[in-house]
Amino acid sequence: MTEELSRLSVRKAVGLLGSRQISAVELTTAALERLHQADSLLHAMVTVTADDALAQASEADRAIGSGRTSALTGIPVVIKDNMCTRGVRTTCSSRMLENFVPPFDATVVARLKGAGAVILGKANMDEFAMGSSTEHSAFFPTHNPWDLSRVPGGSSGGSAVAVAADECLFSLGSDTGGSIRQPAGFCSIVGLKPTYGRVSRYGLVAFASSLDQIGPLTKDVGDCALVMNVIAGHDPCDSTSVADSVPDYTRSLERDIRGLRLGVPREYFVAGMQAGVEAAMRAAVARLEELGAIIDWDVSLPHTRYALAAYYIIAPSEASANLARYDGVKYGYCHMDAGSVWQAMERTRQFGFGPEVKRRIMLGTYALSAGYYEAYYLKAQKVRTLIRREFDAAFQKYDALVTPTSPTVPFRIGERLDDPVQMYLADVCTLPINIAGVPAISVPAGFAGGLPVGMQLIGKPFGEEVLLRIAHSYEQATSWHNMKAPAPGSLDHAG
Amino acid sequence: MKLSREEVEHISLLARLGLAEAEKERLREQLSNILENMELLKETATDDVPPTTQSIALQNVFREDVARPSLGSEEVMANAPQREESSIRVRPVLE
Repeated sequence: MTEELSRLSVRKAVGLLGSRQISAVELTTAALERLHQADSLLHAMVTVTADDALAQASEADRAIGSGRTSALTGIPVVIKDNMCTRGVRTTCSSRMLENFVPPFDATVVARLKGAGAVILGKANMDEFAMGSSTEHSAFFPTHNPWDLSRVPGGSSGGSAVAVAADECLFSLGSDTGGSIRQPAGFCSIVGLKPTYGRVSRYGLVAFASSLDQIGPLTKDVGDCALVMNVIAGHDPCDSTSVADSVPDYTRSLERDIRGLRLGVPREYFVAGMQAGVEAAMRAAVARLEELGAIIDWDVSLPHTRYALAAYYIIAPSEASANLARYDGVKYGYCHMDAGSVWQAMERTRQFGFGPEVKRRIMLGTYALSAGYYEAYYLKAQKVRTLIRREFDAAFQKYDALVTPTSPTVPFRIGERLDDPVQMYLADVCTLPINIAGVPAISVPAGFAGGLPVGMQLIGKPFGEEVLLRIAHSYEQATSWHNMKAPAPGSLDHAG
Repeated sequence: MKLSREEVEHISLLARLGLAEAEKERLREQLSNILENMELLKETATDDVPPTTQSIALQNVFREDVARPSLGSEEVMANAPQREESSIRVRPVLE
């Protein structure tokens, strides 16, 4: 029984805790047991804080006992390891920050703690969130629970696997070009990238500051709405977070989708898309139509084809500036065996950063350097305007757009590691959304050859409620979200 | 867009990335390949298009300059690789 507890959705667990059918310590113990059993094969976690978690769970039980509960009291959560946690190391899965212990909590972490959540630890990721497979972690790759020989997606691969394998009840990830949605799709869970500015980035280690956004990874859409209620909202510490009031996102689950206008942009059914993914997508859109949505298959967003190139100029440019701070002086790795200050800095960055981070710093530095700035960076920012205008025009006609989350099912570990361009293509359906700054959610939409397929719903700026409403209606009409990955080590994996 | 060896060395100097010899050659090839894929952007007509630097309508955000509690210096300094009492130790910048 106890191991089953960690399979619960957040809302079910909140109910059972509230009616005292289970205790927070029982729930956290179950999640930790599951984590210890599964993670030796999956490697979703960089740091597990079991003692702290059990202490937080005891506190949650006391709060429940005295009737002082909040939205997430006693709920075990995992945090991507690029969000600062006071007193708990925050590595970004990089040698550069391997021993960095932040003196403060990121705003989202403070909000989760304030809502009573129990933090189990920190999840593995591509180094500094640069990657699409979690293979670029400086520590170890994370494995997909649906097939251990395959990647879980990335960069929030550890956060996605921890949820899919029931090592926790939900997790937080960050999404710069698809890093929440693509691993959510690859692991058959729900992942939301909110509108840029909806969730505070304070305490999120910066990658590309105009694109980064934090969001939830959950077992179902209702949990996603509940977690958004806790993490969304203005933060004086992040001047790019907006002051608009936060709705009760769980209310958006109450309505059906009859009469909603959904567009299916043909550019997202790209060359190289797998037949099984396309078939699953067509079936999913047909299901939305049965639920009463008005589908338009004849939508074109022609600038989509430039999004990948624009993204891989903008994101590395911002990254090269953001990562200039890692100089071995104030915090982080420091190469001691060096002569001059410049040599020390170069050696620190040579040994502190892995190959993908170096690649992006080089690319960004080049795009920003004298003589190339206009041809690359400025050009990409102008194309960004065109892409955003295209989305704005589409949302005059449609309530949301429907696309695959990824053109393929999870690929094999190692398959794309030495070919950066192939790796970058894994985000071709998700990164236009970050360029435009609009919200998008990935929901489980079936399987192709036994591997998960995700459906992406894209919404207007601050239109998360409509996305949750569509996603929830679809989820109610399907059973994909109830299907569980085979337990690692079980007979299902032995063959 | 083929990068030369000298360009790779120049960029790595700008970024203060010490690169091993093998890394330089690998990056020269990979970055050339990536930049070739960027050529696609030249197809777009952008003469009259303003750049977008970020996606929300916020412009300058101001707040009152009010003193408030901050982290203690010991907490902030705790991650410094090299310290001397309450200072961070660095190598000489001018020699």
